[in-house]
Amino acid sequence: MSRKSRAERFADAPGDGALLEVEDVKTYFRTERGTVRAVDGVSFSLERGKTLGIVGESGCGKSVLSRSVMGLLPKQNLIREGSIKFEGSEVANLVQKDMQRFWGTQMSMIFQDPMTSLNPVMKIGNQITESLRYHLDVDKSFARETAVALLASVGIPEPKRRLSEYPHQLSGGMRQRVMIAIALACGPKLLFADEPTTALDVTVQAQILDLLQAQQRERFMGMILVTHDLGVVAGRADDIAVMYAGRIVEKASARTLFTEMRHPYTEALMKSIPKLSDKSHTRLAAIAGRPPDLVGERKGCSFAARCPYAQPRCREEDPTLVDGATLGHQYACFFPVGTPEGREALARNQDALDTTVDATDTTVTPGVG
Amino acid sequence: MAGSGTAHMRPENETLLRAEGLVVEFPVGRTGLKVHAVSDVSIDVIEGETVGLVGESGCGKSTTGRALIQLPHPTGGRVVFDGLDLTSLDGEALRQVRPKLQMIFQDPISSLNPRRKVEEIVGEGLRIWNIGDDASRQAKVDEVLDAVGLDPAVARGRRPHQFSGGQCQRISIARAVITDPKVIICDEPVSALDVSVQAQILNLLEDMKERYGLTLIFIAHDLAVVKNVSDRVVVMYLGKICEVGPPDTMFAQPAHPYTAGLLAAIPIPDPSLRPEERPPLAGEIPSPVAPPSGCRFRTRCPKAQELCAAEEPIIRDLGGGQYVACHFPLAPGEALPSSNGSSVPSASPLG
Repeated sequence: MSRKSRAERFADAPGDGALLEVEDVKTYFRTERGTVRAVDGVSFSLERGKTLGIVGESGCGKSVLSRSVMGLLPKQNLIREGSIKFEGSEVANLVQKDMQRFWGTQMSMIFQDPMTSLNPVMKIGNQITESLRYHLDVDKSFARETAVALLASVGIPEPKRRLSEYPHQLSGGMRQRVMIAIALACGPKLLFADEPTTALDVTVQAQILDLLQAQQRERFMGMILVTHDLGVVAGRADDIAVMYAGRIVEKASARTLFTEMRHPYTEALMKSIPKLSDKSHTRLAAIAGRPPDLVGERKGCSFAARCPYAQPRCREEDPTLVDGATLGHQYACFFPVGTPEGREALARNQDALDTTVDATDTTVTPGVG
Repeated sequence: MAGSGTAHMRPENETLLRAEGLVVEFPVGRTGLKVHAVSDVSIDVIEGETVGLVGESGCGKSTTGRALIQLPHPTGGRVVFDGLDLTSLDGEALRQVRPKLQMIFQDPISSLNPRRKVEEIVGEGLRIWNIGDDASRQAKVDEVLDAVGLDPAVARGRRPHQFSGGQCQRISIARAVITDPKVIICDEPVSALDVSVQAQILNLLEDMKERYGLTLIFIAHDLAVVKNVSDRVVVMYLGKICEVGPPDTMFAQPAHPYTAGLLAAIPIPDPSLRPEERPPLAGEIPSPVAPPSGCRFRTRCPKAQELCAAEEPIIRDLGGGQYVACHFPLAPGEALPSSNGSSVPSASPLG
């Protein structure tokens, strides 16, 4: 890495305050069907050296959220609101040209699919040195040495030889290591990892996650780990935000989230994962129905239709994030899991179900699955 | 790893579908080299059972599944279904068996013809086989759609793009069960689905199995998913079998170092377990064009010795229905040694 420029950056870095502060960010897309509320009022902050896990199913807005912060959104048919402060300076309204100053040296991103994120007709070495030369203005031989050091640091054997190879000569795991090397090349302070291991095998996934964690600690970066797998973030994130239908529905430190989960969606998500500790043929607690359409006005809680705790109030009023007992724990629910109100609501729904179950056919309607 | 051998095979008169010494090889261009996708694999299924095939990508699990239904014919070995040697059948004779052996694929959307209506997709098997008349076919289509949890009145006339991924997988399942098959080969049926939908489909497969008396071969890379549905699990690596056993005992006490490594690599949703305390398996799967000599897993195995390079391990019985192909299996309670703490692959990885 370019030592000199890193030292310079640390010198002017404000030591206090959050690295990233996101305040009520909304990202809507205008489509033929109407306005898609992909991200609908999300706030969070991230300190240096910390990892935030963003968890949710496909279509919950987790990728659009990270792209909103990075400024990697389409220019057309876009509606943006809210404030994004990076080291105290507002970046939400910057145009792409101004945003480029931040890419690479301040924040960078690792994408899901290492097969298609690398340029297939460009040598690995040039893909790494390209960003070094562009952002840090270093000479060719220095960039090349740095690239070798980077490849070695991400666990690629024979890094010198790899520089002159093309992406197709590497396996999926190796390509993802190259992606990480490129993302780390200019020493960013904030790293987005958008489903970095979804396309990889479990054994390689564990290697890549370990690598990301080691690099993050070494460089004291802030990291945002976006994934659909609660297992991936459980041991690796400091804080976890659970997203549903474009909003954060629960946010807490990893430990609190798993021990004191309050939102019914978090609970349902946990329960629907098949666990190794369960005996085989254990019936899974599937979440009925599917995520809501993000087009159109929202009315009430967006999880209400699938929620075992839902009450008439949930279909009318939109719950906002409230503080839980533990510091930093927030959830948006009127009848939280594990509280007297929640237990009462659940019991009421179950009673209602028991009385009607004999009368109605148990056929599932379409909309399920 | 894996090794060859038939110690885990059950008597022929008890099994519904069995493959003995299955070999599948593909030529690499005109180089004369071969991809050894499946090398001497023997598996069997008893009626009503679910056998799970697990392993990393490139381990030959899908190829094994396809070779079972002769898509394509395997290079070597034989497949016996219900007393019939499928490998010797061709053309019309093989076609006659097809309705009894169905398949469900990974990508639910691309495995359905986008220009057809759901009733055409689901009912096509009946039409091809001239089963019943129009009215009874319609009734059968409605019955299976209802069984997979779709409202026949709504779903019948729609096309695949009007459904979500999970719903498309339900349609695939309906299409597979309509010809009253005995065996369904499920090739990663839930890998493309979200966790909440994945649970719905896994539950549905269990229901279908009971309702239609199915026997399943369930191919997946997710050990927790495989454990959930299977009665017997076969762990594969680079075209060979590593370990066979009932999931509850095998996952509690893996004997093969590869099974232990796979289990250790699974991210567990519990923040009190630090993942770095469970060392991942180093390296990546070697190229199937030139697989390692002896045990194919030895290049990544923390327990590998000289013997492993010289001699291929043969599958042997460990008792309790568990079988392993390893010279130095893990003793009960033995942890997998750390692979020098380095995650740098030793072998040159090839695509």
